[in-house]
Amino acid sequence: MTDTTVKLSDAAIRRRMLAEFWFYFSQNRGAVLGLIVFILLVLIAVFAGLLAPHDPTVQYRDALLVPPMWEEGGRSAYVFGTDAVGRDMLSRLIYGAQYSLFIGIVVVSIALVGGIVIGLLAGFFGGWVDTVIMRVMDVILAFPSLLLALVLVAVLGPGLTNAMIAIAIVYQPHFARLTRAAVMSEMKREYVTAARVAGAGNLRLMFKTILPNCLAPLIVQATLSFSSAVLDSAALGFLGMGAQPPAPEWGTMLAEAREFILSAWWVVTFPGIAILVSVLAINLMGDGLRDALDPKLKRS
Amino acid sequence: MVRFILSKLLYLVPTFLGITLIAFSFVRILPGDPVLLMAGERGVTPERHAELTAQLGYDKNVVLQYFDFLGRLFHGDFGNSLVTKKPVITEFLSLFPATVELGLCAIIIATLIGVPVGVLAAIKRGSWFDQVSMTTALVGFSMPIFWWGLLLIIFFSGILGWTPVSGRISLMYFFPDVTGFMLIDSLLSGQEGAFGSAVSHLILPSVVLATIPLAVIARQTRSAMLEVMGEDYVRTARAKGMPASRVIGIHALRNAMIPVVTTIGLQIGVLMAGAILTETIFSWPGIGKWMIDSISRRDYPVVQSGLLLIAGLVMVVNLLVDLTYGLINPRIRNT
Amino acid sequence: MKMLTRILVAASALAMTSAMPALAKTFVYCSEASPEGFDPAPYTAGGTFDASAHPIYNRLTEFKKGTTEVEPGLAESWEVSEDGTQYTFHLRKGVKWQSNEKFTPTRDFNADDVIFSYDRQGNAENPWHQYIPGITYEYYTSMAMPELIKSIEKIDDYTVKFTLNTPEAPFLANIAMPFASIVSKEYADALDAAGTREDLNNLPIGTGPFKFVAYQKDAVIRYAKNPDYWGTAPIIDDLVFAITPDAAVRLQKLKAGECHLMPYPAPADIEGIKADASLKLDEQAGLNVGYLAYNTTMPPFDNPKVRKALNMAINKQAIVDAVFQGAAEPAKNPIPPTMWSYNDAVVDDAYDPEAAKAMLAEAGVTDLSMKIWAMPVQRPYMPNAKRTAELMQEDLSKIGVKVEIVSYEWGEYLAKSMEPGRDGAVILGWTGDNGDPDNFLSVLLSCDSAGEGGANRAFWCNEDFSKLLKDAKITADQAERTKLYEQAQVIFKDQAPWFTIAHSTQYVPMSAKVSGFVMSPLGDFTFETVDIAE
Repeated sequence: MTDTTVKLSDAAIRRRMLAEFWFYFSQNRGAVLGLIVFILLVLIAVFAGLLAPHDPTVQYRDALLVPPMWEEGGRSAYVFGTDAVGRDMLSRLIYGAQYSLFIGIVVVSIALVGGIVIGLLAGFFGGWVDTVIMRVMDVILAFPSLLLALVLVAVLGPGLTNAMIAIAIVYQPHFARLTRAAVMSEMKREYVTAARVAGAGNLRLMFKTILPNCLAPLIVQATLSFSSAVLDSAALGFLGMGAQPPAPEWGTMLAEAREFILSAWWVVTFPGIAILVSVLAINLMGDGLRDALDPKLKRS
Repeated sequence: MVRFILSKLLYLVPTFLGITLIAFSFVRILPGDPVLLMAGERGVTPERHAELTAQLGYDKNVVLQYFDFLGRLFHGDFGNSLVTKKPVITEFLSLFPATVELGLCAIIIATLIGVPVGVLAAIKRGSWFDQVSMTTALVGFSMPIFWWGLLLIIFFSGILGWTPVSGRISLMYFFPDVTGFMLIDSLLSGQEGAFGSAVSHLILPSVVLATIPLAVIARQTRSAMLEVMGEDYVRTARAKGMPASRVIGIHALRNAMIPVVTTIGLQIGVLMAGAILTETIFSWPGIGKWMIDSISRRDYPVVQSGLLLIAGLVMVVNLLVDLTYGLINPRIRNT
Repeated sequence: MKMLTRILVAASALAMTSAMPALAKTFVYCSEASPEGFDPAPYTAGGTFDASAHPIYNRLTEFKKGTTEVEPGLAESWEVSEDGTQYTFHLRKGVKWQSNEKFTPTRDFNADDVIFSYDRQGNAENPWHQYIPGITYEYYTSMAMPELIKSIEKIDDYTVKFTLNTPEAPFLANIAMPFASIVSKEYADALDAAGTREDLNNLPIGTGPFKFVAYQKDAVIRYAKNPDYWGTAPIIDDLVFAITPDAAVRLQKLKAGECHLMPYPAPADIEGIKADASLKLDEQAGLNVGYLAYNTTMPPFDNPKVRKALNMAINKQAIVDAVFQGAAEPAKNPIPPTMWSYNDAVVDDAYDPEAAKAMLAEAGVTDLSMKIWAMPVQRPYMPNAKRTAELMQEDLSKIGVKVEIVSYEWGEYLAKSMEPGRDGAVILGWTGDNGDPDNFLSVLLSCDSAGEGGANRAFWCNEDFSKLLKDAKITADQAERTKLYEQAQVIFKDQAPWFTIAHSTQYVPMSAKVSGFVMSPLGDFTFETVDIAE
């Protein structure tokens, strides 16, 4: 940020930037809280096998719709109660964390990679390539995302994989647009011209020179997409188009629980809280990231 | 200005063609066969199957089918539903007012609460109000609204019994559609209590649908206000000793509204997606639920034309937002 | 200005009609699905018939309320020829057609209406055959009416003669079904003249107990009592269908007094309804069966022993408890116990994992792994196929059979489950159309339906079994037919092409104020006999 950085080595610059980033990020209490919850979620997902008191798919036939342990009729073996076929809610919720994180990671990776490649191509080559690509992106964006994802899933067949693909396709134009805009502004900078004069090839220019300089907005968008992916896949699950039973995916659990809305509140309430808390944590983190990475907002 | 509008319109043509292509091709490659669905558990003989497929026109070349589809579109023919056998456009128009009514109420709630909260939060930056409202906004933004709707039903309809569970108006009241908007029709009907009934039916669904737009608008307003308040002319006005309320009221608010209006306009896509879930939960007879039902029934023509109509609508609203934006902010016009 | 006048006119017109609901008796039914249309002939959904055929129309013969017995309807009496191929119907006189704003009938119901109602479905040349583009008459076709009916003649204004190609014992029951509802020829002609033919489907005119008033798509249907009804006039003045697809929401509305009666409660809610003093609950064994059909053409499932062994390994009672929440009767026969000719002497395969294991070993089958198909949708005979499949998976794993559960989107499921080479056993079921055993056994298990496009998803073809069904179909005497069907059920149990799951109980929750509701074994909801206490 100051002239002295010029003298520093690459590694030192990176360290310095990271430190600065962390400084701004850690100033945001919400973001730190979000990060902590998110790390907890990751831990829960990774160690689900150890944490869960029961197998999430085993049915205890003598324990159908047992209420949570603090309610009348609850049992200590089933802390959050059981569902309609006697599966332990707590264990299902714990394993559900795996699904949500997995969905988020896969969707964001596909959308990010796809979007970056498409955006780079459009921004770098311009002209008719740009026109055609951006027009296609416009078309995709003209549909409400959930509706488009729904129809896509209907086309591909209901299921977790297809739901993830559908959501990734729907999100991908956002990344493409961002990348393109960033590339176009970066292309005018001196360092690009310099690299070109020095004889750098197109590929090298695109990925090594330009891309690292447009990363900040992409990271922010990726975080936001992560939380939307968790929400949208749960919505698809809720509409019966996402992960299929008996998978302990939270949205699917909610869909299965709908008939008990009046008679067994716990099967409806807990999966929703789980979705809300994880999405909220990721969004808090995303806010912090944006503030720390966006130099314009940083100082306002 | 005319050139600006024309260029925007021209820009829409290829997009619209793209939309028709997507709507058509998606639906034509949907797995599952509408003829078999009609037959159900009973099954259908191969001869009868071929006969019915031919009758529906699904045996023709796909490219031909597309141009057929396009040709009929230009004549305003959106096809007939396979289930009800009625024209898709008639069904769309009969359900559309319900969705518009719900969506409008949601956006009004979101704006009326979101904008003042955002402005206040920006003015009192860092205060407890700012923190609480922005935290709440983030919770709202992260809300799985299908679950939120279920919770509200359990609480307000189940436990408290304050609001009806579903539908648009109590069945006690009966009057024909005049405008299709229950709030207006109930007033016109002159029946005592009809309007109140319509309102009580509308309140929960519109609150659920408003949740995410409200959060977005509040956050957007706050950051737009902050940005404007940091700009030179506002600082200058302040330095000149203008009272704070005047500075905010005249300069900051007006300029901050430009991005906010855009944000509100762009919520229509979010609203349509939300309408699918909200209408499903509250059995609201609108186009969101109609689309879901049609997808699961493989009602090809309805899914096809419904997608098209909805996307077209979003496109037109976005165009209007663009144009308004161009009007407010002349700098955009020439770029 | 024009708009404003319209609004004012509408408002004042309404002000006059609006005061009445307080005085009239209005019955509200929270129905499950939107009607596809109001002409019963082109549609197949039960919910459509509840909204069209039952309140608005009549048929030549009718099912006696609460039974599957046939009684006179618009035909007062009939004679059947010796060889069973000629039916002569004597029509009821003085039956009035309903009227609406655009149509006032000038004549009573007569033979022209009967001929028109059948001819428009069976005769492709009839100008009304395609009065809505893309329309088809699925029930008429699938009940084999085109092959069955040779001719329909008008003898005089009140006599009609049907000639059949072959004798058909269930014919009188077939024509009591909703698709055979009689519509007005005079109304059709009037619509033709006005150029609004689709109104036959939108603004129905019938002879039934209720008149159609208005329909708001996906929301409300309104009917009024038909003052000129030829039968016993309804007690209630207005009938309203509040369309509410979600079972939990329907129950909430019922509890809140927003409706008086609802169909298909969620099994989980039954206990709560029983405990609620403001509600009452009617129940009846449904005319349905849920089953798991093996592919009997594929080894090792072509061996009846293997099928029997698997049947013995599955805990039927556990499925009834967990999936149906007890709201079903475990099934041992392919037809439900409420149906005549049900063979109660048949003994079900007992749940016995040890014996099952032994029998499997005896058949020389080890390391068996199989697929079970679970339907993606909820049907009256199967509230949750996935849950059922999961239970079966657990049970079968105990005898060393590995089960993979597969599912497809509903349309695909129906199609793929019919493909002859299908890998795996399929969960499916059936709800009876007309209360005749033939409608279960021939449709689901005969050799004829084992071919392509048939509904025999076990692909099971047993010559002895099919012969019994064929004989029964051309026998007029019901006692004789009963014997044949009873034998058929014995063969079925012995050969075990299915694992018969359950006959789900139909529950109808209603407000305690409601009286006079009669449950139909066919699953119809009719309201001409209901009353509500104030």
